[in-house]
Amino acid sequence: MARNFDSEGSERGGKFGRAPRGGSRRRRVSRLSAEKIDYIDYKDVKLLQSYIAENGKILPRRLTGVSAWQQRKLTEAIKRARNIALLPYTRY
Amino acid sequence: MRTYEVMFISAPSVAEDDLNKLTSNLATVIQERGGTVTKTENMGRRKLAYKIDKYDEGIYTLIYLEGTGREIAEVERRLRVTDFVIRHITVRTDEDLKRAEKMKAKRKTAPAGAPALNDVDDDDDDNDDMD
Repeated sequence: MARNFDSEGSERGGKFGRAPRGGSRRRRVSRLSAEKIDYIDYKDVKLLQSYIAENGKILPRRLTGVSAWQQRKLTEAIKRARNIALLPYTRY
Repeated sequence: MRTYEVMFISAPSVAEDDLNKLTSNLATVIQERGGTVTKTENMGRRKLAYKIDKYDEGIYTLIYLEGTGREIAEVERRLRVTDFVIRHITVRTDEDLKRAEKMKAKRKTAPAGAPALNDVDDDDDDNDDMD
């Protein structure tokens, strides 16, 4: 997954202006809304994986464009998945 | 009625018989306390995301159950005292599932004419994160 994000080109992101650092521009629309996922399952490793960074950290919603509610649920699910060893706590 | 999911990981070295015995015991415990097992899913051998008690992989089992909440305590106690169970987790699902159900229904009644707050703007880019 590309790791260079910038907020340019997003209606909401501009305020938090990070200098564009090149690399791919990220569309700030979450797959969660697009695919109408209402229940975020801790067993859905594939989905959760797209919301953690390579090192295992949960990505901030500034980068992923999910809503606050979705971010809360994601966090919960990711933490559950970590506990049951479906996702790593850390990775280098 | 509440619904729960109980997931546990057994050590890879466990005999299949022992594991089967445990799951049927748990089912009995649940039924004795007035709950019902909706489904038991053997998710099989899976690599662990990190080592637990020197094990690299584990056998995942998932039990869906419905009940009042009183059976959970005993189920958890049994999982704790069973030596080959290396990790377990219980999740209550009814509230979240109900909410998800409601959202789905709401979407149906309010058709696509009124787009949601963060709707798709599929115009460009490379990162589409969809399968």
